[in-house]
Amino acid sequence: MELFSSSKVFAAMNITIEVNKRTIQAHKGDTILEALNRNGIRVPTLCNMNDLTPTGACRLCVVEVDGRDTLVTSCSHVVENGMRIMTHSPRVVRARKTLVELLLANHPDDCLYCERNGFCELQDLAAELHIRERKVLRKSFTQKLDLSSPSIVRDPAKCILCGRCIRVCDEVQSVSTFEFVNRGCNMYVGTTLSRDLNFSNCIGCGQCVLVCPTGALHERQNVAEVMDALSNPDLIPVVQIAPSISVSVATEFGLKPSKDVNGLLYNALRKIGFKYVFDTAFAADVAAIEMAAELIERKGNGSNLPMFSSCCPAWVKFVEQWYPDYIPALSAVKSPQQVMGSLIRNYFAAENELNPSKIFSVSVMPCLAKKFEAQREEMTTRGLSDVDTVLSTRELVRLIKLYGIDIQGIEPQHPDKPFNIRSSSGKLFGISGGSAEALARVVYQKLTSKELTDSKVTEVKILAGVKAFSFNAAGQTFTFAVVNGLKNIHSILPVLMGGDAKLDYIEVMACPGGCVNGGGQPYVDDDKYVKLRAKAIIEIDEAEGIKCAIRNPAAQSIYDGFLGETGSEKAKKFLYTRYSKREVLL
Amino acid sequence: MARCDSKAEISFIKDAVIPNLHDGTWPTEVSAKLSALRHERVRQPIIYVGVTTSSIVAGALKTRSAIEQYLDDYSVDADVIFVGSHGLCSLEPIVEVQMPGRTRVAFANVTPERVNSILDGAINGFIQPENAIFQYYSEIHEPWHGIPFKNELPFFKRQNRVLLKNAGVICPDSIAEYIAYGGYSALAKSIRKYTYDDICRIVEESGLRGRGGGAFPTGTKWRKALQVATSDRYLICNADESDPGGFMDRLLIESDPHRVVEGIILSSYAVSASKAIIYIRDRYKITIQRIQNAIDQAYEVGLLGYDILGSGYSLDIEVRKGPGAYVCGEETALIKSLEGKRGMPSIKPPYPAEFGLNGKPTVINNVETLVNIPQIVNNGPEWFAALGTEGSKGTKIFSINGQASQTCLVELTFGEPLGALLDLAGGVKDGRTFKALHLGGPSGVSVTADELDAPIDFDELPKRGISLGSGGVQVLDNTVCMVDLVKYFMHFIRNESCGKCIPCREGSNRMYQILDNISKRPVSNEGHNTLERFKGVIQLETLAEVMRDTSLCGLGQTAPKPILKALKSFRDEFEEHIFDRKCRASVCRDLRTFYIDIERCTGCTACAKKCPTQAIYGTPRSPYFIVEERCIGCGICQDTCKFGAVFFK
Repeated sequence: MELFSSSKVFAAMNITIEVNKRTIQAHKGDTILEALNRNGIRVPTLCNMNDLTPTGACRLCVVEVDGRDTLVTSCSHVVENGMRIMTHSPRVVRARKTLVELLLANHPDDCLYCERNGFCELQDLAAELHIRERKVLRKSFTQKLDLSSPSIVRDPAKCILCGRCIRVCDEVQSVSTFEFVNRGCNMYVGTTLSRDLNFSNCIGCGQCVLVCPTGALHERQNVAEVMDALSNPDLIPVVQIAPSISVSVATEFGLKPSKDVNGLLYNALRKIGFKYVFDTAFAADVAAIEMAAELIERKGNGSNLPMFSSCCPAWVKFVEQWYPDYIPALSAVKSPQQVMGSLIRNYFAAENELNPSKIFSVSVMPCLAKKFEAQREEMTTRGLSDVDTVLSTRELVRLIKLYGIDIQGIEPQHPDKPFNIRSSSGKLFGISGGSAEALARVVYQKLTSKELTDSKVTEVKILAGVKAFSFNAAGQTFTFAVVNGLKNIHSILPVLMGGDAKLDYIEVMACPGGCVNGGGQPYVDDDKYVKLRAKAIIEIDEAEGIKCAIRNPAAQSIYDGFLGETGSEKAKKFLYTRYSKREVLL
Repeated sequence: MARCDSKAEISFIKDAVIPNLHDGTWPTEVSAKLSALRHERVRQPIIYVGVTTSSIVAGALKTRSAIEQYLDDYSVDADVIFVGSHGLCSLEPIVEVQMPGRTRVAFANVTPERVNSILDGAINGFIQPENAIFQYYSEIHEPWHGIPFKNELPFFKRQNRVLLKNAGVICPDSIAEYIAYGGYSALAKSIRKYTYDDICRIVEESGLRGRGGGAFPTGTKWRKALQVATSDRYLICNADESDPGGFMDRLLIESDPHRVVEGIILSSYAVSASKAIIYIRDRYKITIQRIQNAIDQAYEVGLLGYDILGSGYSLDIEVRKGPGAYVCGEETALIKSLEGKRGMPSIKPPYPAEFGLNGKPTVINNVETLVNIPQIVNNGPEWFAALGTEGSKGTKIFSINGQASQTCLVELTFGEPLGALLDLAGGVKDGRTFKALHLGGPSGVSVTADELDAPIDFDELPKRGISLGSGGVQVLDNTVCMVDLVKYFMHFIRNESCGKCIPCREGSNRMYQILDNISKRPVSNEGHNTLERFKGVIQLETLAEVMRDTSLCGLGQTAPKPILKALKSFRDEFEEHIFDRKCRASVCRDLRTFYIDIERCTGCTACAKKCPTQAIYGTPRSPYFIVEERCIGCGICQDTCKFGAVFFK
């Protein structure tokens, strides 16, 4: 098998081109850009997006090709045998420089105060192309700052009209919040009927923030709020960290990519001033246990199947907006973030004789939709929000650096009791398929009192091209499907919900790849870093001993000491929630 | 009453004529009726009124009403038929009178006031030669004395009116008349004789190249579409004509819409299209009516729809209106517009011929290109290839306006010199001095007097840095400022740019700003500002070249053409604007300097009171003078002066 594929590779390398007077090999069907990147030759790009067809909008990747009288965009032209290409001839460099100068002419001079200072693609281009003079500033039009959404902030003045946000929201996430409005130099990126984000159909997944090259789209900042709370002697600041965080921040602190810095983060957070630190993965275990009970009950009744996951708030908002009929299918169990917040406020506080209203509960999430979820009315108990503030991974990094903590020089620590132990399946919630795996393990354990091993699981084929697996437990077959990213979701859903597929549980994560690719994660210029994060989580799961949530003694003690049974009155009060239809212009 | 086909005529065409349309042999009664449709022997007078968009603006409908009123008042039995346009736009409204037994005579500039005298004379057998412009030649009709024949008139003699044969002659709303004059015979013959492959080959051999500006070999484009194996193919007729100053397609469609329909049917047959779409600008209201009417009539007689003429080929034509964006004339943007998306061009490849409307192979041709097809197929490719030059075969239609003596539409064989266009338009208006001939609108160039000998040719002209565009021609005289002209075109491009790519969106705006800067007065006349303006011009050249090199589509790539050529041919005019702050054509308001003629000024102080910058001084009842430094060139003083004493340099 392997030999066949490698000979295929060699057979495909049959195009010879000349780049900057050097001979290069290229694959048939490669674009010029792909051939250049394969050989380590870099040309600047802006509108190019991996996995999406090139649009040729920015024209920055132009190169000079012998025999063509205009410059040619390398992202869209396919290599031909014998092509002679100059990537940095004077004509090309002048063209690129002029294009970026034109972009900068309309851009505010805000670099020092901008969210993306130091991480901005426009800054990088200006530096790379050695731009030393400002041409005339054109008067900006008056589209104002959009601060309406709890998750995402839009600053249209900084928009360079690359179109990436439009494409990711439309082609990858099927939401289509953004579109170009007007034409020519009056063109801007707007929403339907110019509604602010909070009143549009945006689900808050934040994929647009990940692809925006400038500070035109960024997360709602909550760092200042957290800093205030930390220095307020009346408040008790507590924090929980999501499963994906610990494998996503290593490079920001000069460590090897995807090294698990879980323990270091707890120490750092305590040093910053948090009184208690927790691991959301613990709450993921509790949530898995409750969801398993819920699923087994629905399966027993034979009704209200399949069940949708509800830990992704962007997905929940999506259902509430587009498919309110499926709301009953959503699991009524809160997401791990909210479970943790609720347990802290309603159990931990009492156990430690703390005033619940004085607890300032912060969570660190890879997700921007979590900021929206935390302030939902349904996510309160006894008038208090389960979670007060959510920080994205990027904000956490900034907070740690702001307080001068040297990650490399501190010792790892443990989270606080009684939420200090987690199963490895709680960690899995950070990747696509993780919650399904965790749930499967609990269901199997509950019904058969044995652990679910790989050999018991079989892959299932579903027409919509979605991954699914099934296993047998106590004479019943459970089939779980996993969807990540909302691409083609409108044509996939009817297939999944239709009777033929006979699904019991469908995990949907709005972000392609799951939470490791969430809207709040550190910016990377290469997909491979996201894959490394997922790989690190899988390795943690493989290495650890407690693989099933039920076997987590800390989780068990919560039931023994507080909740009682799964689905008990206390559990329903603190760990369950409800959803409702949203009227938005779709 | 405007005449369009009665039910009887439609049945006649459908049942008696079409079955033998392919060989043109009919029984005597049928031939006689066809002859009557050609108005060969008329029993009562026929009055033809040219009614098109441009002639309506000139008052043709009022003229027609006046004619009908006259006929009513004097109880004269006569038919009033509306026809298209000969292309003599400055002479509209044109009225032609055909008395029984006499030739058809054309009168120009027939306002309602002139109707009585013209009709009086004609009906009673007297036509003053100086009133008429030409008469039609006919072997069976008695000519009028002293009036030139149509083909003797220099205007028509110089042209080769192959495509415009019927324009102004026939009623555009009559399929019967079109067929009587030989229309649809090419379709009937070819669909019987040739396969789609044959027609493609004929068009390839003829050497026909696209007339919309791209000049791409039509046969080659068709072949590309045929290479993709699919049952769905589209043919789109691009009638989006949005060049300012271009009206070739409009006049053609309004005057001879059936020729367009025939061209579309034949071309669709050649590329095995399952559906044809005419994409026409929404603003062309009358044009849309006429082409839709022609399509409906074609359906009625079985030339469109299911199993055309028993050939097994079926075609539907749909008219779709473009919402009014210049960029939607670009083929990929046009396709997006038809699909209901933003009209923004996409990268090519893939070309529409491989992957176009709804992902199917789509052939997009300009109206003029398609109108060539019937005759090429009928007369054979050698006939077509014999017209024109080595690389450019056939004829091209031009719409000439601007400061021309005569705004007109002409058709010239390739190879004729550019100067022919100026001659046909009667030179510059009012005998003023010729400055340049601007070809191709916002994507074209201004040609100076010494370049007028260049042949009209798709390959020769680019060698001299000239591009033909789609056929719009503006005659410019010395009252036109080249800086202002280039600024106007750049303003147009700026407004019409779709905004997708950086060079066009930002570049056109910046270039417009620089040009605006050059044509305005600065706050103070320091040398510093002159340097800024000069730097601006250098930047203009850089921007123009980058726009040309990197723009995504033809709009951006050709937008810098006017300015690059103007900088080459009229550089001194630009430098005058920058360094001398002068506009020699006195068009750029801010750069005009006004002065008062002391011979005429009476010192009435009216202008001094009105001047917004108090630039006019003097003692009452003595001549006043204007302080140049304070004058902003608004011209209020000139408007105010009752003695005509204020002039600008």
